[in-house]
Amino acid sequence: MSHPLRRQRYLIDFTLASLWRRRGKNLGLLGVYGLIVFLLASVMLFSQALRREAGLLLEGAPAVTLQRLLAGRHDLIPGDYLTRIGRLRGVSDQYGRLWGYFYDPAVRANYTLMVPRDREVAQGEVLIGAGIARTRGLGPGDVLSLRSAGGTAFAFRVAEVLAAEAELVSADLMLVGEGDFRTFFGIPAGMYTDLALEVRNPREVRTVAEKLVTLLPDTRPILREEILRTYDALFQWRQGIVFVLLAGSLLAFVIFAWDRASGLSAEERREIGILKAIGWETGDVLRMKFWEGALVSLAAFLLGYLAAYAHVFLADAALFAPVLKGWAVLYPQFRLVPYVDGLQVATLFFFTVFPYTVATLIPIWRAATTDPDAVMRG
Amino acid sequence: MTSDPEKTFGSTGPGAPAGGRVPRPSTWPLALLGLGLVLFLGTLGHAAWRGRQPAAAPGAQRELVARLGLSDLALFTEARYTRHLSQADLHSAFQDHPMALDHFPSASLVPPTPISGR
Repeated sequence: MSHPLRRQRYLIDFTLASLWRRRGKNLGLLGVYGLIVFLLASVMLFSQALRREAGLLLEGAPAVTLQRLLAGRHDLIPGDYLTRIGRLRGVSDQYGRLWGYFYDPAVRANYTLMVPRDREVAQGEVLIGAGIARTRGLGPGDVLSLRSAGGTAFAFRVAEVLAAEAELVSADLMLVGEGDFRTFFGIPAGMYTDLALEVRNPREVRTVAEKLVTLLPDTRPILREEILRTYDALFQWRQGIVFVLLAGSLLAFVIFAWDRASGLSAEERREIGILKAIGWETGDVLRMKFWEGALVSLAAFLLGYLAAYAHVFLADAALFAPVLKGWAVLYPQFRLVPYVDGLQVATLFFFTVFPYTVATLIPIWRAATTDPDAVMRG
Repeated sequence: MTSDPEKTFGSTGPGAPAGGRVPRPSTWPLALLGLGLVLFLGTLGHAAWRGRQPAAAPGAQRELVARLGLSDLALFTEARYTRHLSQADLHSAFQDHPMALDHFPSASLVPPTPISGR
């Protein structure tokens, strides 16, 4: 080992021995410090991974969804609006969508009923999401009885349970045939919930939307990019909210760490005085204390970050689930694909390791530059 | 520093236990820190590797989204304006009826949507 490295190693030896002498205090600090990093890193990793997942998934959402507004509220849209739109340049496909909500008092949950456009669902049959199947204890062949808008009981036979791996988008879905949907909700023929348009060239989407608003002034278009932006903003906002909620504990920690790092105890003062008296240079004392701050904060960062990674990606963010679930009975079960944003981790590292390391140095520098005798006398 | 730490740590002198070197105080903590760093780099590698796995590509979900024309995640199913965030009546302050204040916990977690051209 070269001389400068050996010198640092001896300083680290001394620092660790000194930390170990006050182990109760220092292990407590490491624990609290690690816990704060764990909370921040968990929120960060969870939000980032969910944001990425939402972005990837919703790439397949309709390019333009067209809603009709009546007195400022979303209303059913007549199918002949498709004729009025006619053939717009760049639009590759346009169709009416049928979907709606049903509140099931039996489990106090909302279902999303939908008519799939790629397959025919036989009359009296239903395809249900894995969330509904779990909550109601249903499987293929079982009968699900619901009360229709007309007050009559409607029995659906479960034909299929949608794939559990698609639960993030389909936990509360019920896919029924068009005839059943219209009878169940009392929606007249020729009316749709909204219209969806597919546009070949993404750069033409805005132009198409502008044309739609001119052609049909009582409608509003919702673009795919707006949907993506909504989810992007949602997870950023949530991350921000949690950080704000954490701010109280963060501040408490900052005060604690600052006090611990910057206020020298009588014992530490005496230690510095003795070190200086036996010939340590100011630089050595500073280096020793730098190692103290760096080792404690680095250990806390690694401990907190690794625990957060395991919590979010191996334990499915078990601590956050109750907060996210809210009152949702049909909360989807999903496992996030690990995603780590280097910049965010670097930011977390900087804001957790750097301040503590600096905070340990300032008071030591003041003590180390004064006369040993004065330091020891306090 | 005037003392010679070589005599304190890593020595086989009279103060050392018979038959072995005294471990330096930094040996285990630095080894643990090193292990932590390796695991940290491991998480970056793991995330990159899992991201490239075919199973990680949300194929089934994406296909379902495209097939059914879905627009939202089923994260909050309690109210229509939280179930379909992107389809909600953004300009209606009270979504269900006048004076209907939000009472679902998730509504407090959902931000005002960035609006353009609506």
